[in-house]
Amino acid sequence: MNKDFMDLIRNQPLEEVLFQCRELYENVQFPTVKSWRERGGKVLGHFQVYFPAEIVHAAGILPLNLHGANVQPDQADSRFGSYLCSTIKTTLELALAGNIELDAFITHPICDAARNLGAIFGRNFEHPCEILYLPQNPNSAASVDYLRGEYDRLKRLVENIAGVEITNEALANSIQVFNKNRALLRELYDIKRETPEKIAAEDAFALVALAGRLPREDHNELMEYVLPLIRAVDAHREDRIRVVYEGAFCEQPPFDMVRMLGRAAYVVDDDFLIGLRYILSDIPIGEDPLRDLAHAYIEDSSYSPVQHDLRKRKENMLIERIRRARGEAAIVTAAKMCEPGLEEQVAYIHGLEKAGIPFFVSEFEENQTSFSGLELQLETFMENLLFV
Amino acid sequence: MTTTAENDLVGRGNREGASLFREWFSELDQGAKEGQAAAYVFVMGSFNEILKSFDLPVVFPEINSLQTAVRRVAHEYLEEAEDHGYSPDICGYVKADIGTQLRGGEHPMGQIPKPSIAVLTNACNTYLKWAEAWERMYEMPVVTLDIPGNRSANNASAPGSVDFQNDVRYVEAQIRELIAVCEKVTGKKFDIDKLREVMGNVNSLSSSWQKLLDLNKHRPSVFNALTDGTIYLGVANGLRGDARAASYFSDLVEEMEYKVANDIGTMNEEDWRLCFVGVPCYPIFRRFNEMFSEWKGTFVHSTYLWFASGGSNLGYQYDLANPIASLAEGNLISVRDAMDSMFHHDQVVEKMMDGFGIDGIVYHPIKSCRTVSTGLADGRRALAERTGIPSLFIESDMMDQRVVSEAQMKNRADAFFEGLIARRNQQLISQ
Repeated sequence: MNKDFMDLIRNQPLEEVLFQCRELYENVQFPTVKSWRERGGKVLGHFQVYFPAEIVHAAGILPLNLHGANVQPDQADSRFGSYLCSTIKTTLELALAGNIELDAFITHPICDAARNLGAIFGRNFEHPCEILYLPQNPNSAASVDYLRGEYDRLKRLVENIAGVEITNEALANSIQVFNKNRALLRELYDIKRETPEKIAAEDAFALVALAGRLPREDHNELMEYVLPLIRAVDAHREDRIRVVYEGAFCEQPPFDMVRMLGRAAYVVDDDFLIGLRYILSDIPIGEDPLRDLAHAYIEDSSYSPVQHDLRKRKENMLIERIRRARGEAAIVTAAKMCEPGLEEQVAYIHGLEKAGIPFFVSEFEENQTSFSGLELQLETFMENLLFV
Repeated sequence: MTTTAENDLVGRGNREGASLFREWFSELDQGAKEGQAAAYVFVMGSFNEILKSFDLPVVFPEINSLQTAVRRVAHEYLEEAEDHGYSPDICGYVKADIGTQLRGGEHPMGQIPKPSIAVLTNACNTYLKWAEAWERMYEMPVVTLDIPGNRSANNASAPGSVDFQNDVRYVEAQIRELIAVCEKVTGKKFDIDKLREVMGNVNSLSSSWQKLLDLNKHRPSVFNALTDGTIYLGVANGLRGDARAASYFSDLVEEMEYKVANDIGTMNEEDWRLCFVGVPCYPIFRRFNEMFSEWKGTFVHSTYLWFASGGSNLGYQYDLANPIASLAEGNLISVRDAMDSMFHHDQVVEKMMDGFGIDGIVYHPIKSCRTVSTGLADGRRALAERTGIPSLFIESDMMDQRVVSEAQMKNRADAFFEGLIARRNQQLISQ
């Protein structure tokens, strides 16, 4: 248990809880991870997007979702060339600068830059640094079997790091903990969709992000405490456009940019940290929990530009997300130098045009500090929708 | 004095390679004009073996794109794609191809047929996004052959191990699914004997490819891995599985063996043996090489010849008695080796340094390709710490003239050679 942080929020009013969540998210020293280690806990860092954190949790290791941070890549910069996204640089920086200390690092073949991170970490750290090969052909009838085998390989790696065997019972228990967490996050998004005036965009963002940093039991406790308080908020709905934000599946926009978006519109749905919400419903637990996890990823998951699945043409998925959230417009962004994000933007733009849904296109970088130009453009876009 | 036989033999590979390459494009051009569609594939795991067994003509959009750069018209295609919405910051190959598609297949080498199927591996993630673009344009089948790479450096799962078996079963199942799609697309029944014949040709090509690369250990080196090597790669990819390619590479090995036996180098004087890491600078392809050849430096090896051949450097030999299982195993082993040549290039280069007598390494990270370029600076750092090998790190692009600064690159190359000379002189003094 993370006593320090949890003690700060227990029995506190909503404003105080949300303030502490924002503070924790923006703290690049990762205090809750440090206190976990000080109590003897081990940490496995996993890069974006989706990761089966249940397998790590079942061994008693903290799964830490890594997506860079608002830090200068002073040491990491010399290990990369130009023309790359910020988040892979700052993710390495967090480890090189000692902001986080890991017992293992796992990346995924989500993009050409991220899959290089395994080798780069491996050249810089002694601990295991690997790629988890999530299937890029989920349309193959063999993909669930393959993924079950790949999860088994991950399980053996984690067992070696933890020095404990991961039993089916432990895995089933972890899946239950995560099922509960996913349900709580779904509830948060229900609130965003139905009563967006009750929760600011940046507060919802921080609440989701902490799922990747806190022990999941703590996050469940946080969400169980905070959701009724949010529902009880007495707020008046303003004359703001309902927008769906797309483009934050990996690198995250700066916190101030999310805040600015929330000022300009109601962000009723988004793909912020979608990996933490990738599995769409409770995972049924049978006799083979690894297979259950694999099946859920292939058959019951969300979408992102970096999961190639012929059943999920991305512009159709985005339009479906907009319709489900009763969105009036879309904000389509991509992180600077993010190849899959920039490529998907073209499909999104043409798809939205065809569907007659207004959209605003932009790029961002996690270390960006000035948003005045962007805010002006966005406000103009919103005014056009409201008054034209 | 040179003999007639020598005149015929030396340089034959480049002459015939260029001729075969033109022949291949001419066949595509003719097919396109007759309304014939083709299979769109990529260099790292083309699965030409299956496609050729169905007589499907193959188009390599990567090769089409680089040809626009070599012919100095890439900017026209890039701009067309950018006008369509593509960012200046994505892969130039993708954009040049999108430009080609938007022009209805019009290309400097001839008319490019439309796709009836696209087959791709995950060796490069951009392949996936690229194929998704075609799928939207043409609504044709897109088949991914997902080939899990090695999970960490020097840690390849061995055939027979639990993890290898898990991967190879997955690849084999996908090959069987590809066959079913090909039957549907072509209306032809799968012919396993024809597959054996094509795989036999690939066996011959792979064996020759491996020998060819090895022959360049000779001093003086018998071919330039950057310039000549790119011609060889074009044939190895475009005509993979074709009897003409098998025969071409046997002849090429014969030529290089002759050059080795007679000490005929690719340069008159070879002062510096270099290894190239990355993707060539196609917008100034010849000039780039001259920056090094002017200093009597030649590229004796290149990671490009490993990964862009889809791992043919291993010389994997298919078991023709068990073709589909062997195709799965061979592609798993070869394509993941191609990925290692990109992600763990420091290990790969370190292994080749002694045998090839390498004096220096030229890293060429490019804006267009994050697969190859992301880890180059860190790999260079790690390799320098382990071996002390001198190296040059110059960034530009494989397609986009806008980010190629020739004068700046030349300055860097000159300084690199001055450093190599000073280092050699220092070593001579200390001896």
